[in-house]
Amino acid sequence: MFRFLNLTLNGLTNGMIYAAVALALVMIWRATRIVNFAQGGMLMFTTFIAWDLAQVHHANYWVALVVAVVAGILIGGVAERVLVRPVENGPPLNAVIVTLGLLIFLQALAGMIWGNSQAHSYPPAFRFIGYKVGDRTLRFSPNDLFIVLSVLVVVIALYVLFQRTSLGLQMRATAFNPEVAGLLGVRVGRLLTLGWALAAGLGALVGVLVAGTSSGYVTPVGPFDALLIYGFTAAVIGGLDSPGGAVVGGVVLGLILSYADSYISNFIQTMYALVVLIAVLMIRPKGIFSRTSERRV
Amino acid sequence: MADELESPAGALIAPTSASSTDRFGVLSRSTLLRHTLAALVGFGVLWLLITSFSDYRNSSWIAPIAFTVCAAAGLTVLVGLSGQISLGHGAFMLVGAYTLALVQEHWTTSHGNLAMIGLLAAAAAGAALFGALVGVAAARLRGPYLAGATLALALGLPTLPSYEKLSGKLGGNAGLFVSSPNPPNGMDLYRWQSVICCASAVVVLWVLANVSRSRVGRSFRAVRDDEIAASLCGLSVPRVQVLAFVLSAAGAGVAGGLLAMIDLTAGPQAFPLSLSFGLLAAVVFGGLGSLAGAIYGSILITLLPLWSQDITDALSVHSHKVSSNMPLMVYGIVLTVAMLAVPNGIQGLLRSLRLTLAPGRRR
Repeated sequence: MFRFLNLTLNGLTNGMIYAAVALALVMIWRATRIVNFAQGGMLMFTTFIAWDLAQVHHANYWVALVVAVVAGILIGGVAERVLVRPVENGPPLNAVIVTLGLLIFLQALAGMIWGNSQAHSYPPAFRFIGYKVGDRTLRFSPNDLFIVLSVLVVVIALYVLFQRTSLGLQMRATAFNPEVAGLLGVRVGRLLTLGWALAAGLGALVGVLVAGTSSGYVTPVGPFDALLIYGFTAAVIGGLDSPGGAVVGGVVLGLILSYADSYISNFIQTMYALVVLIAVLMIRPKGIFSRTSERRV
Repeated sequence: MADELESPAGALIAPTSASSTDRFGVLSRSTLLRHTLAALVGFGVLWLLITSFSDYRNSSWIAPIAFTVCAAAGLTVLVGLSGQISLGHGAFMLVGAYTLALVQEHWTTSHGNLAMIGLLAAAAAGAALFGALVGVAAARLRGPYLAGATLALALGLPTLPSYEKLSGKLGGNAGLFVSSPNPPNGMDLYRWQSVICCASAVVVLWVLANVSRSRVGRSFRAVRDDEIAASLCGLSVPRVQVLAFVLSAAGAGVAGGLLAMIDLTAGPQAFPLSLSFGLLAAVVFGGLGSLAGAIYGSILITLLPLWSQDITDALSVHSHKVSSNMPLMVYGIVLTVAMLAVPNGIQGLLRSLRLTLAPGRRR
């Protein structure tokens, strides 16, 4: 029972991380109808920037975090303007390949700057020794609490932004119907860039959070590829279109992976995500929370 | 062989050329005959190259290019002709490699060359079977959903041999042993490997070139261009899409089998995500849907890692970090730039160049 409780707590923490990645993918999907396969690469790169500041130049944890998020916002905005804009209205295949190209480019660039051979450790924000209940240690530490709370705060902030502000209304209008929004005076192009920038900033936050967990480390390829797959799976569970669904999907996936990891085998984590992804897509090819829509003719 | 596959756009407009009928007679009327002749000539040229090249050239140029062509040709048929996407074609290569290793371990007694052909056929069949399985799922998925699912496949499948319940049978992280083919008298091993790889590549290209010029190929294009119109014409869209996956996976399976035969192991490390990305870069660089493009692309992604040290030296950056990441960086740039600037790849460029130089002649 205690083991089950621990697995649940661990699943919740990881689930919040997957939820945040999923949310970033959903934001970009809603704005531009593109799945950003470069998400994992972008957050890997910003995490490396933060790692360089924190471990090589001994900067404060919070300074490094802020710099990473700002770098993420810049990378996201520039990527949208320069690379994504030309393929936004083309065939979906082209956009997939361009974002994949960006992912590979960022992985190679990170490898050139920081090297592939070493897995760099990242300092946690808080202690990662679990809380104690009686004489037993929970698999839930102050650092995990920090992760859960920061993702929650971001989710709430995004909710307020989208539902309660004029900017959010404009962003939703752009996602819903760019042409009409443009006619009504919304600066569509700018808002698309802003959508990408915000999503990449959120990704950068996740990268630093993940790197600072007890099992986290920073390398150009590896853990962040898997993170993209987990985020994508979570977003698909939620239907790619629904921010709320993405958060629920993230937590559900986090729990499933945590249980399967412990009760079946911890060698084949990505296979579990694949099985969940395929199962969800077979039942609802556009995700569980999606509203039914016909394919465009 | 190179020019036999029409461009995606040109295929429906100009299936056969009228002007060359007089000059080549029966050759231009029978596609099968023309492809067979091209295959024989192509293999003859390759044979000359193999016998004149050194062991180094054979083992690090010819053989890898040839097996990459098998996989890239399959992928270009899938992406360029049937309009589906696979970001994880390395997974099918992995299935081919393990099929070859398992069949060799359990069912073969001889190591003769007939057995080798059987093993490669088994690798193709194993991957094709797996391709059918993936294809059935893929036929329900579109665009980014399919891309994400195949990416997950390429990331997940190589972890499977480490799974406790399978590691006994699949050899864990180290993989399975594959015994080397026996070269005939008077030929050394590297040359013989190159011959096997080139023969396989020619066969794969021959099959795919014929298929893509046949009714099946036309149904691929019809489904790619407009699924609804295709189904109104009586085509079963899911069946066509599954068939494309099966064909494509078979090509990748042969490639995986050849890779295992050269490496003497079938192991998960030989099939990282960067392999799948490289294959996609190859077909995009060459021009989607063009078998000739798959050849150019395979040459690029095979030679690039070998030359990247020279490239970084030429740029006077003497750093292992830089040179080891150079191929990956070029893949990334090729994918992005090709999609933004030259969406039809090298083959598209060549075709438009030919049309500009000789506007009257279309083939």
